[in-house]
This record gives sequence, C-alpha cells and structure tokens, in this order.
Amino acid sequence: MNRAAQLVVMSLIIGALAFFALGLRARGEVQPSSGVAPDFSLTTFDGQTIRLSQFRGKIVVINFWASWCIPCREEAAFLEQAWRAYKERGVVFIGVNWSDPEPDARKYLKEYAITYYNGIDLGTKIGQAYRIKGVPETFFVGKDGNLRGNILGPITPTSGFMTPNEFLKRLDALLSE
Amino acid sequence: MRDFKSKVQSPKSNASPKSTVHSPKSRFASFTAFAALASFASFALFASPAFAQGPNLDDQVNRISKELYCPVCPNTPLDVCDTLACQQWRALIKDRLQKGESEQQIREYFVAQYGNRVLGAPPAEGFNWLAYILPGVALIVGGAAVWATARRWRATRADRAMLAQSPPLAREYSERIEKELRESSN
Repeated sequence: MNRAAQLVVMSLIIGALAFFALGLRARGEVQPSSGVAPDFSLTTFDGQTIRLSQFRGKIVVINFWASWCIPCREEAAFLEQAWRAYKERGVVFIGVNWSDPEPDARKYLKEYAITYYNGIDLGTKIGQAYRIKGVPETFFVGKDGNLRGNILGPITPTSGFMTPNEFLKRLDALLSE
Repeated sequence: MRDFKSKVQSPKSNASPKSTVHSPKSRFASFTAFAALASFASFALFASPAFAQGPNLDDQVNRISKELYCPVCPNTPLDVCDTLACQQWRALIKDRLQKGESEQQIREYFVAQYGNRVLGAPPAEGFNWLAYILPGVALIVGGAAVWATARRWRATRADRAMLAQSPPLAREYSERIEKELRESSN
C-alpha cells in the first residue's frame, strides 16, 4: 500500500474514532447543577411567551414533566401547593412539558389544577439544554440566574430524591440568600 | 298478466304456471327479501369505508410507529413498546391520521414537537452526513486495502513458487543473493 493510501486509511480510522468518542461524550453528559442556567423561552398552554431570563431576581423552579409519567403525577399536587404558598414571596414555577401529546398534557394540568406557567418543550430543546435523562426532573435557579441544584426524580416523602419538606427548606434557603 | 307470468317463469322450468303466480304472501316475502337486500347493499355501500378504514388506519399507525422511537425506552420503536408514553403517541398518530394528515406530515409533526431523537436515523444534514458517508467510504477503502494486500501476497507466493521450480544452481544463486541482501540491509 502506498503512502497516500495509508494516510487515507489512518485518517478514516481517526475520524471514526472521533465520531464514536463524540457520541460517547454526549451519552455521558450529566445534568448541570451549577453555573448559569441555560436560558429558554416557552409558550405556555394559555398562549403567553415567557423567558427564563425575565425572572432574574426571583427564585425559579423548573420542573420537567409528562402526563404519561407516573412519578410526575405523584409530585404534581405538591408542586401546585408549593407554588401557591411561595408565589407571593418571589418564587416562580415553570413546568416544562416533555415529549407529551398536547391533549394529554392539558388533561393532566386540569386534573391537578395546575396554575403555574406551563408549556410544551418544542423539539425537546429545553430538555436538551438541561440534558435531562427523563422525567420528572427539577432544577432550582437562584436570583442571580445561576443553577442551584437539581432533583433527578420525584419530590415525594419516599422517593429518595427529595422530600416535600426538604424542597420547601431549599426554597427558604434560596430566598434568604 | 299471462305474459308477465311467462316472462318471470324460467324457460326450462317445468313447474306449472300457477307456481309462478305472485300471491300477496309471496309478494310480501319478495318485497321483504328485496328490502333486506337493498338495506344490506346500502349499508355495505356507506359503511364500507369505515370498515375498510379500521384495518387500513391501524396499518398506517403501525407503519409510522415503526419509524418513531419511544421517548422513555432506549432504542425501542413505538410499535413494540408498551409504555403509557408510546400508547399515547400511537393514539396521537391515529388521531392525526383521522384528521386527514399524511404519514409524512405526521413524521414532521413528531420531529418538530419532540426533536430528531424520535427518528430511527438522524436526518441527513450537517454533521449527521458523516454517519451516512463514513460506513460507505470505510467499506470502499477497506475493500481496496484488502484487494491490494491480497494482490501483494499472491505475487510473493508466485515468486516463491517460481524459485522452487528453478534449477538447483539458480536456486543456490538466488538464496545467496537473498542472504547477501539481508546481510547488507542489517
């Protein structure tokens, strides 16, 4: 094999390896829990367009959910209660509906009487920015717009991810900063 | 009346003309039979699209489902996945088909709504082209490399065979030349 052919083969092997390495890196990425929260805009089910950055100065809770997700249902009522309890204290809740048919999502919101901002994650772009692996996942954003931790499962007394009490304590701590 | 009776009577029939007379009872029976036939025909005519749509629609749902992937289970197409998410997605496909959308429109809707990851293969654009091109190029280059190596091996084997068949003196010279060449290269 002449030198040119060897070079072509070598560059192909290197290219293929780089391709697989990129794929593996993307697969191994974990959800961000610190640093600037990726900004996004969301059109809510009632037609408003909101942007995360417009809530700078407030605590923001971003919750990814889907109507087919049973653990999401387990935390839904609590999240609504928490929102009602904290909305006057400078806390904003944003529900991001992930990979869900719209009619089912609307039914879910009605079923749990959810009143905080909620919209569809079109093209799952927000989910990709936050590198979520599934639902439910919840992210805390501080007043400065930085991420202040995340919860990679449901907020229930027995889930082992975070209990409702711990969640409320976290909100209090963030508010007191 | 007689003429009529002869018309309705089968030419080969040996039955008496009386047997072909339509009594009020038999006329009622014929009318009932006709009405039943007509209603069945009209039912079949109008209802057949709905009957035909059932299996056809399911086939379409399955065809689209085969090409879309579950949002929860890795590498599982919708048509074989039993999660609630996939059930909902299949229902959504059916709903959109019933609304008159084409299969392509539904695929596009799913990509717009849920991203490229719902597809079995990445769309052929930008960096994704590599995924389509690399295997083909690797196959061609690999094949060329195998062919070149095989050719070289065959040539070496032919040389050796020729050497083995040559007279002893020539072989002696050849071996000596090879030995000296090896020594000089060391």
